[in-house]
Amino acid sequence: MPNLSTLKKLIVSALWAGLWAGLLLTALQSYQVIPSLLHAEVYEQAADHQVHVDGTVHQHEPDAWQPTNGAERTLFTALANISLAVGFALLLGAASTLRGGINSWRQGLYWGLAGYSIFFVAPSLGLPPELPGSLAADLEARQLWWLMTVFDTALGLWLLVFAKTKLNQLFGAVLLLSPHVIGAPQPEVQGSLAPAELASTFIMATAFANALFWLTLGALMGLMSHQNKMIKS
Amino acid sequence: MSLAPLLIDNVVDQSRSDALKDRILPSLFAAILGLMLIYGAGFSTTVQVHNAAHDGRHSASFPCH
Repeated sequence: MPNLSTLKKLIVSALWAGLWAGLLLTALQSYQVIPSLLHAEVYEQAADHQVHVDGTVHQHEPDAWQPTNGAERTLFTALANISLAVGFALLLGAASTLRGGINSWRQGLYWGLAGYSIFFVAPSLGLPPELPGSLAADLEARQLWWLMTVFDTALGLWLLVFAKTKLNQLFGAVLLLSPHVIGAPQPEVQGSLAPAELASTFIMATAFANALFWLTLGALMGLMSHQNKMIKS
Repeated sequence: MSLAPLLIDNVVDQSRSDALKDRILPSLFAAILGLMLIYGAGFSTTVQVHNAAHDGRHSASFPCH
């Protein structure tokens, strides 16, 4: 049987840290991230209504439910952000528990930085955050590369930081680099309906918002881990 | 035969099983729970879930569509 008290503390910490970091991310996204997405959708919708060369009008399948723009859409984005944040916090908590927990919010910043590198920076090097209406390679191929990159980066960083032998550290470095040597799946033709400046604004804005998000998530998990240790001792 | 090695071995076994119970298993459970949440919000192909989580996926740099 696992130590249920440790598991409970991990879950409570992740729920608390994920809630606040997810709400912060939602607030940060209102600066440039969501405005860029909405702007790109204008181009996408304009293209949808174009008459095709052969004279037929582009037909859409009956639209499935989607949140209406405004408060409803923001609410669902906040829910998605919080779910992701709690999920990330559980992984961060799990990894740091294997190393005996986090000693302070400052040490938590390093765990947050690792999470940012693993889940945002490394995948974005091959597949930059994309606006709706961008040409991209097959979705499944991109998801597979994304998963491989996240897994390799996580294991690679772990070995680089914690491995005791030079050989294992070297193996970690190889793992870190390998997804980028293999290369992310790219579309045959690069292109986007939205202008290039909008795409680069979106990349910068998401890089900034996610950095603050991850540092906050790490610091909050560090704070909780430290408090749990204090109660124990 | 001295009992010492046996006792030491027991101590090592004890600390190993403590590590399993106190660290490894809770971490494993928490990680599985975390992966389920990330899959649901980030990768679920259900159209309604995709539409609800759309902006969150794009801004987290997940391959979305």
